[in-house]
Amino acid sequence: MSARRPYMRPMAGWWRKNPFFIEYMIHEATALFVALYALILLVSVMRLADGPVAWNQWVAFLTSPLAVLTHVLVLVAFLYHTWTWFNIMPRTLPPIMVGGKRVSAAIITRVGLASAAAACIGVLVIAIGLAK
Amino acid sequence: MTAAVNIIRTIKIDVLRYIPEEEEQPFHQTYEVPFTEDMSVLQGLQYIKDELDGSLSYRWSCRMAICGSCGMMIDGIPKLACKTFLRDYFPAGVSIEALHHFPIERDLIIGMEDFITKLESIKPYIITDQPRALADGEYLQTPAELQVFEQYSSCINCLLCYAACPQYGLNSKFIGPGAMALLHRYNLDSRDAGSAQRMPLVHAEEGVFNCTAVGYCSEVCPKKVDPANAVNINKTESAKDYFLRFVPFISRKGEKK
Amino acid sequence: MKRSNAPIFWALFGAGGMLSALIGPMLVFITGIAVPLGWLLPRDLLSYPNAMAMTQHWFGKAFLFIVIALFFWHSAHRIFHTLHDIGIHAGTTEKLVCYGAATIGTVAAARALWMIGF
Repeated sequence: MSARRPYMRPMAGWWRKNPFFIEYMIHEATALFVALYALILLVSVMRLADGPVAWNQWVAFLTSPLAVLTHVLVLVAFLYHTWTWFNIMPRTLPPIMVGGKRVSAAIITRVGLASAAAACIGVLVIAIGLAK
Repeated sequence: MTAAVNIIRTIKIDVLRYIPEEEEQPFHQTYEVPFTEDMSVLQGLQYIKDELDGSLSYRWSCRMAICGSCGMMIDGIPKLACKTFLRDYFPAGVSIEALHHFPIERDLIIGMEDFITKLESIKPYIITDQPRALADGEYLQTPAELQVFEQYSSCINCLLCYAACPQYGLNSKFIGPGAMALLHRYNLDSRDAGSAQRMPLVHAEEGVFNCTAVGYCSEVCPKKVDPANAVNINKTESAKDYFLRFVPFISRKGEKK
Repeated sequence: MKRSNAPIFWALFGAGGMLSALIGPMLVFITGIAVPLGWLLPRDLLSYPNAMAMTQHWFGKAFLFIVIALFFWHSAHRIFHTLHDIGIHAGTTEKLVCYGAATIGTVAAARALWMIGF
């Protein structure tokens, strides 16, 4: 008769016990803000489809301090998402060889972040162009 | 005459004990262990067993970070006890627990049957498409071909990555980082032709898509295997196969070319 | 072993994650901060005639649809997995809620963009 009685420890609260996991939860939580912004864009196109009165009411709301402040928080979340996305990206890629040597994770991240900066500037340039 | 004074300091080592035939639950026990600058946590445990409490149970072997036996939670972080030093936990003390996400058998000893089953399932050996005779001679492999898989072959099966992986903790059916690193090692080996036999494990519901890229497995790996990379590269491979599998004439991994 | 259908949702998650990482911050800044406050861009960029002109154009329509849809699919996948992480069993109900919401969002966006016309 075996004396074995294996003991399984519970997982509850696992992520609160290690700073690495706390950061993981924070970057996963940026998804809530991505969803919120998608919802804001959705409401925008729905209000636009409803006609000028609905649209102008919506734009008035968007210019309110509450709306702008919310977007500042959303922006912070998006910036953190961009940062963490490209920091994690090297882990998801197969080795990239340049001149017989593997490109380092740091370089991959830097290229990713630089691309995001360039893309964002591109969007701004297009928006300024549209404004003319 | 001045005598050189060797000050022996003592450190508190708190161990989560578990004695199944005596206690329902694990319990904490603290020991005062004299230590020198060069002593590892493993040596601290050996002092406890030799001098203070012979009933303390733990696995160890090589004491040089190559056998993978002495993995445990040290202040909540999965580490090899032979590669972790008591001096770094002085004066606060150190708490030790069996590796997370595995059942505790006794004290610091975990039940690792689940990992062994998974390791066997990935077919951790060279699979050839044609049987080889001795007369065929040795395999020829270039340094470049070796480099492709060498990092993954460094795995010592220490299970720190499983203790680190919350997805394995939440769902032990998940194949997990270590088994995936080894699966990937064999798929990448130029001598191997067995990818097609291994990929179903990758594609399965228990496969790579349980991973949420926490990345802690690679953080704790004592051999820099980067299991997170092995898992996540295979997400892309699995997705490619998922979407392209019904398209004819596309060469798929492991199929005869 | 049963094959997982996760690749569909994972691919959408990845596409949405990449898109939001590359241009998300600037989109949020422009639509939520710059234009409402009149910084760098004029407030009337979002006047009804301008908004209609941008969304009636095929490119504007496609752009908005892709952004809205991919941002919903990215966040649905991540939120679904985070529920699992915090102990809410990631079962069929949770899947339906998360991916169902993304589906509704996608369809609603398509409908509104269609109704805006060309």
